[in-house]
Amino acid sequence: MLRLVSTASRPSSAGRLGKTAVPPKGRRAFASTSAKHADISLTVDGKEVTVPQGSALIQACEAAGATIPRFCYHDRLAIAGNCRMCLVEVERSPKPVASCAMPAMPGSKVWTNTPLVHEAREGVMEFLLANHPLDCPICDQGGECDLQDQSMRYGSDRSRFHEITGKRAVEDKNLGPLVKTSMNRCIQCTRCVRFANEVAGVEDLGTTGRGNDMQIGMYVEKTMNSELSGNVVDLCPVGALTSKPYAFHARPWELKNTESIDVTDAVGSNIRVDSRGVRVMRVQPRTNDDVNEEWISDKARYAYDGLTFQRLTAPLIKQGDRFVAATWEEALSAIADGLAKTGAQGDEIQAIAGHLADTESLVALKDLINCLGSDNLATDQLGGTAPPVHGVDVRSNYLFNPTIPGIEQADAILLVGTNPRHEAAVLNSRIRKSWLHTTLEVGFIGERVDTAYGYDYLGQDIKAVQEFVAGKGEFAAKFKAAKKPLIIIGSAISEHPDGASVYNQLASYVQTHKNKLLTPEWNGFSVLQRAASRSAAYDIGFVSSAKAAKTTPKFIYLLNADEVDPKSISKDAFVVYQGHHGDLGAQLADVCLPGAAYTEKSTTWVNTEGRAQLGSAAVPPPGASRDDWKIIRALSEVLNVQLPYEDVLALRDRMWEISPTLVRYDAVESTSPDVALAGLKVLVESTKKAAFKGLPFEKPIKNFYMTDPISRASVTMAQCTRAFTGDQESGISDEKGLQAAFA
Amino acid sequence: MLKPTTSTSRISRHLLPRSTRSMATVADPPVRRYGGLKDQDRIFTNAYCRHDFGLKGALSRGDWHKTKEIILKGDSWIIQTIKDSGLRGRGGAGFPSGLKWSFMNKPGWEKDPRPRYLVVNADEGEPGTCKDREILRGDPHKLVEGCLVAGRAMNASAAYIYIRGEFIQEAHHLEQSINEAYKAGLIGKNACGSGYNFDVYLHRGAGAYICGEETALIESLEGKQGKPRLKPPFPADVGLFGCPTTVANVETVAVAPTICRRGGAWFSSFGRERNQGTKLFCISGHVNNPCVVEEEMSIPLNDLIEKHCGGVIGGWDNLLGIIPGGSSVPVLPKHICEEVLMDFDSLKDAQSGLGTGAVIVMDKSTDMVAAIARFSHFYKHESCGQCTPCREGTTWMMKMMDRMVEGRAHRREIDMLLELTKQVEGRTICALGDAAAWPIQGLMRHFRPEVEKRIDEFRAKHGAVGFGGQLASEVDDNLAVPDDLGLRLPAIEASQQQQPRI
Repeated sequence: MLRLVSTASRPSSAGRLGKTAVPPKGRRAFASTSAKHADISLTVDGKEVTVPQGSALIQACEAAGATIPRFCYHDRLAIAGNCRMCLVEVERSPKPVASCAMPAMPGSKVWTNTPLVHEAREGVMEFLLANHPLDCPICDQGGECDLQDQSMRYGSDRSRFHEITGKRAVEDKNLGPLVKTSMNRCIQCTRCVRFANEVAGVEDLGTTGRGNDMQIGMYVEKTMNSELSGNVVDLCPVGALTSKPYAFHARPWELKNTESIDVTDAVGSNIRVDSRGVRVMRVQPRTNDDVNEEWISDKARYAYDGLTFQRLTAPLIKQGDRFVAATWEEALSAIADGLAKTGAQGDEIQAIAGHLADTESLVALKDLINCLGSDNLATDQLGGTAPPVHGVDVRSNYLFNPTIPGIEQADAILLVGTNPRHEAAVLNSRIRKSWLHTTLEVGFIGERVDTAYGYDYLGQDIKAVQEFVAGKGEFAAKFKAAKKPLIIIGSAISEHPDGASVYNQLASYVQTHKNKLLTPEWNGFSVLQRAASRSAAYDIGFVSSAKAAKTTPKFIYLLNADEVDPKSISKDAFVVYQGHHGDLGAQLADVCLPGAAYTEKSTTWVNTEGRAQLGSAAVPPPGASRDDWKIIRALSEVLNVQLPYEDVLALRDRMWEISPTLVRYDAVESTSPDVALAGLKVLVESTKKAAFKGLPFEKPIKNFYMTDPISRASVTMAQCTRAFTGDQESGISDEKGLQAAFA
Repeated sequence: MLKPTTSTSRISRHLLPRSTRSMATVADPPVRRYGGLKDQDRIFTNAYCRHDFGLKGALSRGDWHKTKEIILKGDSWIIQTIKDSGLRGRGGAGFPSGLKWSFMNKPGWEKDPRPRYLVVNADEGEPGTCKDREILRGDPHKLVEGCLVAGRAMNASAAYIYIRGEFIQEAHHLEQSINEAYKAGLIGKNACGSGYNFDVYLHRGAGAYICGEETALIESLEGKQGKPRLKPPFPADVGLFGCPTTVANVETVAVAPTICRRGGAWFSSFGRERNQGTKLFCISGHVNNPCVVEEEMSIPLNDLIEKHCGGVIGGWDNLLGIIPGGSSVPVLPKHICEEVLMDFDSLKDAQSGLGTGAVIVMDKSTDMVAAIARFSHFYKHESCGQCTPCREGTTWMMKMMDRMVEGRAHRREIDMLLELTKQVEGRTICALGDAAAWPIQGLMRHFRPEVEKRIDEFRAKHGAVGFGGQLASEVDDNLAVPDDLGLRLPAIEASQQQQPRI
């Protein structure tokens, strides 16, 4: 009850939750209108507008087409009403009214363009500029600064502030290696404070002091430890919080904006890649209410500098103990020779798909390997060579079925063997939002972690799952009473020795409680993937057959696979690595083929919900590297099993044949309850005899900042590792590491 | 030399439409003189703490007399009595109390499961004001009983008294009274035997002026930074801990039981229409006998000072100006002080305000500009920093006022300062911005010649002064100097010859 208090006084917070809720799917969609708020109409500048009840006046003004300047108001944060820039005139109100803080009233008459309004806004602007330094030429926010833009409209061209005592000076804070502060520029809008407290869960960013001495900062000298901290840079309307890695690198008008998809986790956050020439200068979030709202994780935002280090720029052939650069013809024929020399037949030819493999190349590689007569397709994870315990025949067995916005409808969540804060940071903020604004109950099984919200800890191993399924304990009772319960199974569970048993327990639990967990409106059984390629790999059936899994491979094709255990690869096997970074996989290879990173190719990515999204190339691939699917297509010719697609459109037709969901972009196709139940039935059957050892579930991501070749090559991520995980060993603390990072 | 009074009367005569009529032919109704409150009509009979403040003394002075019967009369009867009495909030804004309390009992309030609170604002921090501390020290039982009566009127389950942290003795007295009342069964479960349950809690503040603002006070009570909330929602809908709440001043609450006992008509027999009742006035400054005194509303300011304070030091003619309602209201010059009545409407007509009834008297030894500059320092220091106009405006105004004290300014800057006050006034979340702006407006309205004189003197001594206090003599022309500093402006511009009146 207490956590409600902080938001109870904010009129729009509750309303917002209601609005973002996803309309129920299926036949009963018509019935959902009753849940919607009633509409009210009012007059803005003589124009009649209709907005949902509970909207702020500023939203009504926006709806009427009137632009309202604002600094503190942000539609995803609580209302502060403190910048006073959004003042408007309301009939029968003697004073101008802050439109962000005033609920829209039916029948009221509002003016946004009167002399009183202008005078008020000009006054506020003058006050804001009074203590704002005039350092726009050296400010990174220049060109995308709200204060700069609005002062063009509401500011005076001459200052009246000539006080001999000068302007305010505020000490800069150290918030860590990501966010650069210049606190003199701060206009105390408190957007960052509200973001940190409400969304990120960093409750120790706040204001100290009062009046003109008010400062934003951590209350004590420390860094801002959050996976979402980079978002405060976007939120800051002035240049007080800017990006440290991007500092003084570019101006916004020099950059080419490319809308794309993030691949550092399986959320598929929508991003905008800003590039200049052949270089990615920064990554920013793109609004998509169904996926990432307006936020992205720090890894998605700042790992881009890894794209310039440790890149494979030319095909490499191993000669003795060193790699020698070669031409594409040489490399491809070396692979053909290698395949012939090993004499690999049928299932002895193995392909392993890594975290960053795009869907197009996965399809092409599967086709190629199948053409070579093998079914030995593996995913790059522990036990990835065996068929996955959950099976891949029914999508709902391995996807995040309730969809990401659906989390906000859940009133009880059980997390099993997952730490969403590190595996899907943006998704975790949804759980936190729901936890803050509703009476959501969270249960947790696995290694204890700080999730940014409170949870009932049930245990760390299969025993806790069994007890939960048996209905023992307080949380199990709460879960049973919930209207829309949700089970989130971490991707690490399928890698765990007890994984099959866990799936068996939970799937049968869902079967018994299908009236709540599996209805036409709600599918409360979900798996949270953590690798960007994994859902797509399962969707196209990139898994080995039971027979193939037992074969020892002689020819191994690593597609972006950098997590493989070197010991699992036999000495005499011929290994091909295709990827963009000289990471672990490349070291194991006999031939390296340089592929393109996600910012360099326009490919399909399927996120953990099963939502296909199309990324686009922002910069060309470096050196001789090529689009990944084209490499596979070229190799197929050399291996005399020519794949039947000439261009990417033909390849996408092939994807459509495999599964139409792969090319129905931006949509989530939900599985019908009947099919989902059938899938669970198969799952329960197949895992019926599974034994368990009772080992604890460990968190799969030990270091959030380094999970893939790009982030491992990133200097910024190394600095974050050092600053936030307290890991002095990794990162650039030692000279050797520094050299390696810049190599 | 003409007396100011005669000059004003002559002007007003001119403005009369029928100035030809020279002799009064119809007798005006007899003028009622206000003031001279009799001892038997005093509510705060132990304001000076000369007697026992405890329960025994309070009972002997008539507190807790038939409280049970008042409680049993019910909420609508109490509210109607308060409405009939014409009581207006004593905290400064003067909102009709009966009306305010009735907001808690909206139709269907019984269905609301939330608890309901009365919050008593005892965070008396307005410079010049010291009325509530006398109540807390001498008549704490009046407040505790008031909490019960007002709480019953708004169907509250508990009262929180937020007392200023600096009030040590007062907090002790109040704590003792609360404990005594609990022990005697006057509050708590089945308060006074009426069957009504009511708790009273005491909370000590930490010394921020802004926590006297009702929503900031609620935030502070909740354990957060004392920063005013946005309204709406008003506290009567969403207040303390998200529950319906009414915040009332100590004096307002403490007079409620006596009004209920003696009747609304008795209370409304004092003072002018719409300004009825008695009120504690605190007179400080250059008077022979500074005091806190309960008087009838609408008593002429002159009478108040002559009767209770032994007059202005050095006589009435030595008076420079009076701030009639605490630091937040504009200062009044002598000629207006002679005419105003101490009530909400009269002072409002004089472009000032009754505020808390804290009369600050300043004689001719006072440096009026420095006095107002000191207020600006106060408001700068106490601004919470939440909203822009107040945060930036109070600081800027303080800096300008500091220069005005010295005279280190250009004459043009007086109007600029006034414009700044207008940019702050009415643009902020709470009233602190207004409170910071009004004293400066009052100063410039009535004492502008004094400010101008200083500016001229400074200029004569130090040469041309530009905007922001830049001295022409200190500006290095070899450096890039902004061309809008006004260094070459004449001392008095043509447009300023006729001074704008505000």
